Amino acid sequence: MADPSPVRGPVVEADGISKRFGATVALSDARISVAPGESHALVGRNGAGKSTLVSILTGLQQPDTGTLRFEGEPAPSPGDTDAWRSKVACVYQRSTIIPGLTVAENLFLDRQSSGALRPISWKRLRHRASDLLAEYGVDVDPTARAEDLTVEQRQFVEIARALSFGARFIILDEPTAKLDARGIERLFDKLRALQRQGVAFLFISHHLQEVYELCSTVTVYRDARHIVTAPVAELDQQALVEAMTGESGRGTEPAWSVAGRAAADGTSLLDVSGLSLTGVYDDVTLTARAGEVVGLAGAAASGNVQLGETLAGLRRPRSGTVTVAGRPVRTGRVPDALAAGIGFVPEDRHIQGLVPERSVAENATLTVTDQLGPFGMVLPSRTRAFAERMIADLDIKTPGASASVSDLSGGNQQKVVIARALATEPHVLVAVRPTNGVDVKSKESLLGTVREVADSGRSALIVSDELDDLRVCDRVLVMFHGRVVTEFPHGWSDEQLVAAMEGMTGLNHTKESDVSHH
Amino acid sequence: MSPTTELRAVPTAAVPAPAERRFTLARYRDLSLVPVLLVLCVIGFAVSPAFLTSDNLLGVAQQATELSLLVLAQSLILISGRMDLSLESTIGVAPVIAVWLVLPDHGARFNGLGLFPDWAAIPLCLLVGAAIGAVNGFLILKLRLNGFIVTLGALTLLRGLQVAVSEGQSIVNVPGSFTYLGRASWLGVPAAIWICALLFLVTGSALAWLRHGRALYAIGGNSEAARAAGIRVDRVVWTVLILGSLIAAFAGILYTGHYGSISADQGNGWIFQVFAATVIGGVSLNGGRGTLFGALTGVLTLQLVVNVMTLAGVPPLWNQFLNGAIIIVALIISRFVSGEKQE
Repeated sequence: MADPSPVRGPVVEADGISKRFGATVALSDARISVAPGESHALVGRNGAGKSTLVSILTGLQQPDTGTLRFEGEPAPSPGDTDAWRSKVACVYQRSTIIPGLTVAENLFLDRQSSGALRPISWKRLRHRASDLLAEYGVDVDPTARAEDLTVEQRQFVEIARALSFGARFIILDEPTAKLDARGIERLFDKLRALQRQGVAFLFISHHLQEVYELCSTVTVYRDARHIVTAPVAELDQQALVEAMTGESGRGTEPAWSVAGRAAADGTSLLDVSGLSLTGVYDDVTLTARAGEVVGLAGAAASGNVQLGETLAGLRRPRSGTVTVAGRPVRTGRVPDALAAGIGFVPEDRHIQGLVPERSVAENATLTVTDQLGPFGMVLPSRTRAFAERMIADLDIKTPGASASVSDLSGGNQQKVVIARALATEPHVLVAVRPTNGVDVKSKESLLGTVREVADSGRSALIVSDELDDLRVCDRVLVMFHGRVVTEFPHGWSDEQLVAAMEGMTGLNHTKESDVSHH
Repeated sequence: MSPTTELRAVPTAAVPAPAERRFTLARYRDLSLVPVLLVLCVIGFAVSPAFLTSDNLLGVAQQATELSLLVLAQSLILISGRMDLSLESTIGVAPVIAVWLVLPDHGARFNGLGLFPDWAAIPLCLLVGAAIGAVNGFLILKLRLNGFIVTLGALTLLRGLQVAVSEGQSIVNVPGSFTYLGRASWLGVPAAIWICALLFLVTGSALAWLRHGRALYAIGGNSEAARAAGIRVDRVVWTVLILGSLIAAFAGILYTGHYGSISADQGNGWIFQVFAATVIGGVSLNGGRGTLFGALTGVLTLQLVVNVMTLAGVPPLWNQFLNGAIIIVALIISRFVSGEKQE
């Protein structure tokens, strides 16, 4: 059980690691070193190079330069899966459990028996599974089907499986993203127990609070580079957030400006009161006035995206009311939300936004097909006219209204999605990550469009975790684990907002609100 | 006859209490048609005294052999997350090509090439089957073409090949080895039934107790996870496709031997019955679920319904209607017995 661990090298030591994908530098001279039994956190904003490091550490990718050593020995050769598994275990963000099979079989997949022609002894397999689960103190029935487990139990099974190959070092890639607060607590208890058995961790999380709770050392990556490695105790929250965001000033000045607007006295167009969705968010109340852009910030598990989708009618809340321009909206139905005057820009334009092979005109008019001709007809001429007006209004760069939407650049595709949302002339525009995957210039113009919506006397709600998206807002509400925890007026600093999204509301914020239950 | 259900019949003392009820139902989803079969037997007995005679039951079983072999092949393919529509053409074209290569080039109504001796008919037939599976596998796995359309194309192509080679006629002078397998009787039971039962037993055991058998479930359930666990996904799937076509070719031998001729439309339209039997037997169209025992109960259900109706004096013109009706009724039954959606 207890690992005496005499004088030994670090379980993993990577130095001078660089990796390029085409023109993109994913990692540049990065390093990391994890001591035996240590719980080491790796933090950084999106695109900092964390995922690339994980695939290099697990042998899925080869670094262009640099050295990688496990317990002082060189890393195994690239294709030698078994050797890699005996050095490093990894629990990925995406589940690698097969739902239809039992827990026991999942644990010993492709090694159920010692030889290909040797019949599997299911009894022995169950015993081995029980032993393995007991060794790591996982209370799961090995005969249960994996699909009947909770997310948390599945994660424990994956951890046990990962460790069963003999590795004493495990990488956890955002293990808490899909767990609720109590599940996170139990996961942490489990990890601490494993740590006492001598297992070392590399813990990747977007929630800094968890880093402080669990880890002894933290490494920060930013823009594909190693920034700092320090004991958690020596790096306070302010310093950590600064290391993540960088202290350099902002880039180009945007064309729009937020300051000096008199928005507060507009009539309220969107009123959300006591809205709850089981297990996602709870008792959310917010207001957006005419002429106002409101930001709804929050990290992955905060529930802000789901709240946006609820407003659009994609999800049915458990309780609460939504009122648009003084009229209550029947929740949970998209046609009602559209009729009430809510325009929606979904999170992922490829999945929820566009019909890829169809034309710009068809995509832009998808929400207003009832206005394009009598008796349910859709007249091509009216569709084209409508689309051409949208193309001109939003400055969509396209060869024409009949061009396939897949041929457009990401930014222009996103404009088509926004055009579709605006086609119904909504009172409120709800945009989830409106600049997701578009280049810097398109970003400016997309956010300018959202700003214009508000300036023309309507209101907009931007649901995002991107600081650049939120800069266009008159005020920003921050959600954490399903609750609105704080609110910032325009003029917040990056550090303040990031800290609030990571669940540290104690950091000089402006308004003492609901205390996070974390 | 139910090796694959063993692993689910394990005691579950450690299952937490709230989950118990769902588990019990889910575990027996492969047995959901057994009560239906029993009810059919009772009805058959009530309808006609001729039902429970060994002649009648063996007749039903003999008629079910060829269809059940196709179902066996399709089950393996479906469990590993693929589908093969061309099986119904393989059952016809493989014997035709084998016979064409073997039969002498003169002196009969159908003239072959006479390239091989008589005894080579069965190996050649199996070889043709394996080749069809290998080509399908190449198109689907190497060229990454859509499996549904590839095998739909193969279905039509192979059917056309059969018509062209046999000049659109039935071939009545089939080799003796075919006739033997189709007509021989071992210990009073047709050889085809023995062989079929043996194949189900062996394949079912492999699925239940061999690593490579379990790999099919892993691939069909989540092929990325299977790959991550070290399973060579493409190689296993290719093997399964070849095996499937091989079994279909073998079914063709039994069918040809049984009826003593190869008709031009041998196997035509069977694929609907094959899918129906497989799915009502509890094999998922999305892969990763189901057992051969369940699939077998599916075939038997379809065959028994027709038999009982015939004995009851329902005109055979209604058979097709009844077949369709029983498929839908059986689907509804297995939907609610297993408690799972069948998307």
